[in-house]
Amino acid sequence: MATINLNVNGKKQTIDVDPNTPVLWVLRDHLNLTGTKYGCGIAQCGACTIHLGGIAVRSCQLPVSSVENQEITTIEGLSENGDHPVQQAWMEHDVPQCGYCQAGQIMTAVALLKNNPTPSDAEIETGMNGNICRCGTYLRIKEAVKTASKSL
Amino acid sequence: MTLANKHINRRSFLKVSALAGGGMVLSFSWLAGCKPTAKEELLALPKEWFELNSYIKIGENGTVTLFSANPEFGSNVITSMPMILAEELDVDWKKVMVEQADFFPVRFERQFTGGSQGIRQGWTPLRTAGATARQMLVNAAAQTWQVPAEEITTEAGTIIHKASNKKAGYGEMASLASTLGVPEEVKLKEIKDFKIIGNSKKNVEGLKIVMGKPLFAIDHKVEGMLYAAIVHPPGFGMKLKAFDGASVKSMPGVKDVFSIKVFNDDYERNFFDTATFDEMVAIVGNSTWEVLNAKKALKVDWEKAPESSFAVDARGNKITIKVPAGLENSADHKAKMTEYSQKPGNILRRDGDPEAAFKKAAKILERTYTAPFLAHNTMEPLNCFAHVTADQAVIYGPTQAPEFIMGTLSNRLGLPKEKIQINLARMGGGFGRRAYSHQMVEAALISQKVNAPIKMTYTREDDMTSGVYRPTYSATYRAALDENNNLTAFHVKAGGIPETPIAPNRFPAGAIDNYLAEGWEISSNITIGAFRAPRSNFIASAEQSFLDELAEEMGKDPIAFRLELLDRAKTNPVGEKNDYDAGRYAGVLELVREKSKWDSPEPNVHRGVSAYFCHNSYVAEVLDIEIQNSKPVVKNVIAAVDCGIVVNPDAAANMGEGAIVDGIGNAFFGDLPFKVGVPEKTNFDKYRMIRQMESPKSIEVHFVKNDIDPTGLGEPLFPPVFAALANSLYKATGRRYYDQPFAPQLEMQNLTM
Repeated sequence: MATINLNVNGKKQTIDVDPNTPVLWVLRDHLNLTGTKYGCGIAQCGACTIHLGGIAVRSCQLPVSSVENQEITTIEGLSENGDHPVQQAWMEHDVPQCGYCQAGQIMTAVALLKNNPTPSDAEIETGMNGNICRCGTYLRIKEAVKTASKSL
Repeated sequence: MTLANKHINRRSFLKVSALAGGGMVLSFSWLAGCKPTAKEELLALPKEWFELNSYIKIGENGTVTLFSANPEFGSNVITSMPMILAEELDVDWKKVMVEQADFFPVRFERQFTGGSQGIRQGWTPLRTAGATARQMLVNAAAQTWQVPAEEITTEAGTIIHKASNKKAGYGEMASLASTLGVPEEVKLKEIKDFKIIGNSKKNVEGLKIVMGKPLFAIDHKVEGMLYAAIVHPPGFGMKLKAFDGASVKSMPGVKDVFSIKVFNDDYERNFFDTATFDEMVAIVGNSTWEVLNAKKALKVDWEKAPESSFAVDARGNKITIKVPAGLENSADHKAKMTEYSQKPGNILRRDGDPEAAFKKAAKILERTYTAPFLAHNTMEPLNCFAHVTADQAVIYGPTQAPEFIMGTLSNRLGLPKEKIQINLARMGGGFGRRAYSHQMVEAALISQKVNAPIKMTYTREDDMTSGVYRPTYSATYRAALDENNNLTAFHVKAGGIPETPIAPNRFPAGAIDNYLAEGWEISSNITIGAFRAPRSNFIASAEQSFLDELAEEMGKDPIAFRLELLDRAKTNPVGEKNDYDAGRYAGVLELVREKSKWDSPEPNVHRGVSAYFCHNSYVAEVLDIEIQNSKPVVKNVIAAVDCGIVVNPDAAANMGEGAIVDGIGNAFFGDLPFKVGVPEKTNFDKYRMIRQMESPKSIEVHFVKNDIDPTGLGEPLFPPVFAALANSLYKATGRRYYDQPFAPQLEMQNLTM
């Protein structure tokens, strides 16, 4: 066990945890931020995507000791009311089916648009390729990214 | 005017309310934890709710709460089923709040999600519930105003008596209405008067989903909750021999290690009591990560399981299921299936004299199609929360079928059903997998043992290797042609491990004078279960690929050929047991021909067509492929669907798009092979799932407009995709694709996937 200083969604906090614990489980079990999802545990599905210093990363293979004091943003920190343009675009296109992967999809999309505010179809496809949606909402995800791109 | 008998027994509902004494727990409130966005108006919560029936309560301020009784796994019944209630209740959708109901069989009729039956089976009961509540509000107004109820009309939550110029909101009459008797008969709306049904409404949980709110059982947490992991045998035909709990008990955060057994030995299982591993090891601790570490370190010995058997009450049919011993391999499965496909099978249907017709044939076309085992791979792995005490149990988990696990829980925990509460979580996907809810029993046993609330989570590896798969299948089709290239006989022989995929009375049965359908089955210890359109998802791919090749052999256009067969089935059907409507079947083919501009395709596009009827609905699909940089790219899929009235069109299209993507993904990549009993793929690094880049660039879903009561939609768009893809790949590559998955064969042709 070790004392770790975290900066999650603009809130600084200290937790006592095994330093090897992946950020995913710290968020879910210790900080009650369950919007970040467990899907595979091996950084293959993207359900656990968060932002580390604004960059999209997979939290399931990221030891908590490696992110001390760095700026972490989770889906819960994206907006207070669900009014981030990407979240709004997701609702406009009524993207989700089961909804389980969508927080990860949204976090990837936000980071993608930050780097490339007007992505082409091919760039969206490449940028979103790391996130599996088992329900197959890929087309709506693509359309929502395009809509968000216009309003950002 | 439609008249319907009341389906809601108010007395039993009131009895339950009294018993529950206000203690009935409703998992979610639509408003809880969500601040409204600037664009949204916050519905004011009333001071008091008045319940008109199990599905509907109305506040004194006119706010309406509708309960969605069916479990939600992504088909969006949580929006569409309340839409049906709201239509007949005649309320403003903007004033409606929706709550997921928990499992409450006394209150709700059919809390099951699967088989594309939710809307179909809910249609009349929900309309009746809405219309009944509306009539009670009207009766309350009639009593208050002292006017005949027949003179009263309603409009979007307002009660109107035109003659006396009186008006009242539903909220004003709700209190009185809730005390009135339930009308024996109610009038249902004319379809032409629908205002909500047929007009797309956004997912009522959309905001919560995009905000990452805790909607899933895997997100659940209560004070004092412990975390549990399980260790199940690594393969089929294996069982637990021994484990060394002491090897991990001293690890940080670990509280307890023990084995659990899912079923009592003398328990008679039901149809959905499929659990692959009866005995497994449970590890309980303070956090997920700590129990996962202990799981990795735990020393466990497995041994070969002997042949075993158990009793099953399969919907009234008492049978004994034998589980063979042995560690199975995919190579052996293939060899056995080839052997069985060459032996006579069980005759399932026989019209005319197919044997004689084949003897006389000038030409015989024979083709065999195969598909492997598939894992469901729901994005949310199996998990469950349970809190079991000496005299009661609270279970909160993802299940499509709470009714089918209630008896199992009761039997295993030794608690009466009334003392077990199953709360329904939104599911991170289902696809049939969660019709089998053994994880609820496992979680309950763990909680019972440690005497604390626990949340058990399967790792992805646990989930993918836990069985209940889509079976592996093989189908051999033969067609006899005379010297003029006319079709004179048709023969299908299909089987699988462990079940046959044949529905012998479906098309093309009924369209051909000499017809033979045979089935065969090979037993296995690999467990199987429902997987999005069970059996249909394979047999459609084989049949529709074969019809494509047969049409080519006969020099006919594939759509025209199918329409010819359907015309025969419609005008002069062979046999009497045909279980499809040839006219509606032809209708979707005609619609897809028109919408896809079948006769004038774009240049460089290779197209394939396929159609199928299952789950009471008809679907035809045209799929266009373009080869770009040695890569087959699905440019467009055009689907024509006849599922009767469509309740929520955009959500229906979404589900159709998803089924098409799912089908393309499984056709290209889906494959779970076995070696000495062990699944060779355990996670998404090896088990390839369709991703954004392989997804079609466009999908169009067109619905046939009619006034037929709605039928299934979650499954019917899935089975035809496989053959539409295979048939277009043939056009693109000049090669027929008989064995799923297709990607390895495409790669052998120097195409990249």
